[in-house]
Amino acid sequence: MATQLLLGDEALAQGAIDAGLSAAYAYPGTPSTEITEHILRSPEARAGEIVCRWAANEKTALEAALGASYAGKRAMASMKHVGLNVAADPFVNAAISGAHGGLLVNVADDPSMHSSQNEQDSRLYAELALVPCFEPSDQQEAYAVPARAFELSETYRVPVLVRLTTRLAHSRATVEVGGQRPQNPLSRPEQPERFILLPAIAKRSYERLVGHQPDFVRESEASPFNRLSQDGDRALGIVACGIAYNYLLEVTDGAPRHPVLKVGQYPLPARDVEWLVEHCGRILILEEGYPYVEGKLRGLPPRSAPAIHGRLTGDVPRTGELSPDIVAAALGLSALARRAASSVPAPRPPAFCPGCPHADTCKVLAEVLVSRRDSARVFSDIGCYTLGALPPHGVIDTCVEMGASITMAHGASEAGLRPAVALIGDSTFTHSGMTGLLDCVNANADVTVIIVDNLTVAMTGGQRSAAENRLVSICRGLGVDEAHIRVIEPHPRNHKQNVAVLDQEIQYPGTSVIIAQRECIQTAKRSARRGARGGQE
Amino acid sequence: MRRDIILAGVGGQGLLALAAVLGQAARGLGLHLKQAEVHGMAQRGGVVQSHVRFGDRPVHSDLVREGTADLVLALEPMEALRYLPYLKLDGALVSDTRPVRNIPEYPDVDRILAELRVITPHRLVDAAALAEQAGSPQASNLVVLGAGLPFLGLPVEALEDGIRAAFAGKAEAVVAANLRGFKLGVEWTQVPS
Repeated sequence: MATQLLLGDEALAQGAIDAGLSAAYAYPGTPSTEITEHILRSPEARAGEIVCRWAANEKTALEAALGASYAGKRAMASMKHVGLNVAADPFVNAAISGAHGGLLVNVADDPSMHSSQNEQDSRLYAELALVPCFEPSDQQEAYAVPARAFELSETYRVPVLVRLTTRLAHSRATVEVGGQRPQNPLSRPEQPERFILLPAIAKRSYERLVGHQPDFVRESEASPFNRLSQDGDRALGIVACGIAYNYLLEVTDGAPRHPVLKVGQYPLPARDVEWLVEHCGRILILEEGYPYVEGKLRGLPPRSAPAIHGRLTGDVPRTGELSPDIVAAALGLSALARRAASSVPAPRPPAFCPGCPHADTCKVLAEVLVSRRDSARVFSDIGCYTLGALPPHGVIDTCVEMGASITMAHGASEAGLRPAVALIGDSTFTHSGMTGLLDCVNANADVTVIIVDNLTVAMTGGQRSAAENRLVSICRGLGVDEAHIRVIEPHPRNHKQNVAVLDQEIQYPGTSVIIAQRECIQTAKRSARRGARGGQE
Repeated sequence: MRRDIILAGVGGQGLLALAAVLGQAARGLGLHLKQAEVHGMAQRGGVVQSHVRFGDRPVHSDLVREGTADLVLALEPMEALRYLPYLKLDGALVSDTRPVRNIPEYPDVDRILAELRVITPHRLVDAAALAEQAGSPQASNLVVLGAGLPFLGLPVEALEDGIRAAFAGKAEAVVAANLRGFKLGVEWTQVPS
């Protein structure tokens, strides 16, 4: 067996490659990005044996993966947790149509919101879609999951969700890898009409999916990723999901004193849970994210015995990710002696890189809006430019989810709040902004859209932007008046004329678009270095 | 043997490269290893940190417990101070002394250094000055790593192999500059100041 030093994300990717993956689609998002970057770097993808692409958004990624699955191939789509909101439609309906070749949906949750706007728990999506879900506890399991998940997907013809959380996604360990299953040949799905979700067919498919629910529980009970240890003091029983199992082993020196159910595959292994409930005085639930397992064990109304402890009872904090210290406290272990935190360090929030074109755009906005500050609002979006909210800029008023800048500006403008400005990045625009711009055009809404086009997906490390150098023609195609599509270069030397352009377009009482185009300073540096070295990096 | 290390710094300083070097060095020795890092917005001048844990027994948690780190190794003094609660009471502190003042109200550096000097043992190094003298201004992160040698629990040769492995694919001049920076730090730490 060979070993590799792999992030949890990379271990999952390598496991999929070795399990016969043919196609991988994704939209970048922390902490999921490295899954797809690992595949892109793989010899298989470089040789064209595996198709691996950044898609316009998570929905198109998952649908492309479903198409590859329809063709009989093993396929997957990868995204961050909020990306599954965008892909929820194909995810839930692919469970009805069913998969043909194995279909994985890899989702990296971000409890504690290190780089996200919420800490939603993707296990609930698996339950919503009535499909199995895997949650590896370490990198070795992350490598092992795809082989089993693809099998499960093909056996029951359902998509399977694989959930990672930030700490596993972004932690490296030595992983034993080896063996490569050949890819599936092209083949037609049996009962191909199941992919036509007309009500009469969908009803039958839904019955079939519901009928498989007990099978999924049996699969969980037989799964190597779920393990019940009945040893130890039964005054307490512990359920440890995903990475929480490692924290439990850490604080007990690898030998917990109580029975433990390790959970790495859902739906919950009912037989093991029942054993724990029947034999233990109290139950402690350790899980990243929502009190999902805890809610299931607690039931409604709360049963009297055994008592269920977890995030809902305050034994574990209700929000935020787990840590070994939190798990130790939940077990009643005393805290270790440590130094008090110093009061001297100041917070160090992220900021625009020196020379960032977004900073220049923010300065233009600040100058144009200073005289209109009472009424003007800047609706912004997800990307580096969201840092325009922080000092010294303070020029944006909102950032909610991908694409919401243009659409919120539209609604606010029609409600009477003007000037309404939308500030959105090039990749966010092609992800979810184009449809909103079409709404604005159709309503001739008084909105000024600024697309800050740095020619890359900068926030996640510089992936290729979906519509490089095609933004003008896209806006024209959506029906924006040619005279009100303006292209500027955000740079200190152009400040004065850029202020004039923004001022004119804000005064125009219809939909206008300003494309502020200059390459991201980070990717520009990288490509300059690459050029100097003849493309060796 | 077992080492739990907290690496701390500011986005763009090359902190994650150090994590990769330690990871490759530990892997080269066949040690068990886990190395967690927070990236995401790191590139944009925010806080970056990594937990590096290795030893001859399996490492369970990806994260170090507070009060248990053998070493806090920082590329910036205020970031060093931020992570002291992770350090065990007799753990070591190694830090670059040069502040990165990319925030409006950076605290008094002398106060920061005074609090760091309370830690025993500590090594506070002006890594950039050393690196510049040697003509490798990009390698000041490796200077700090070299300065931490007495506390890393790894032999020099393993760390040098780690540098070669972590920078494999980079130009030879880059690898050489990093090896030189590391060696400077090692020499500095061995001379009593």
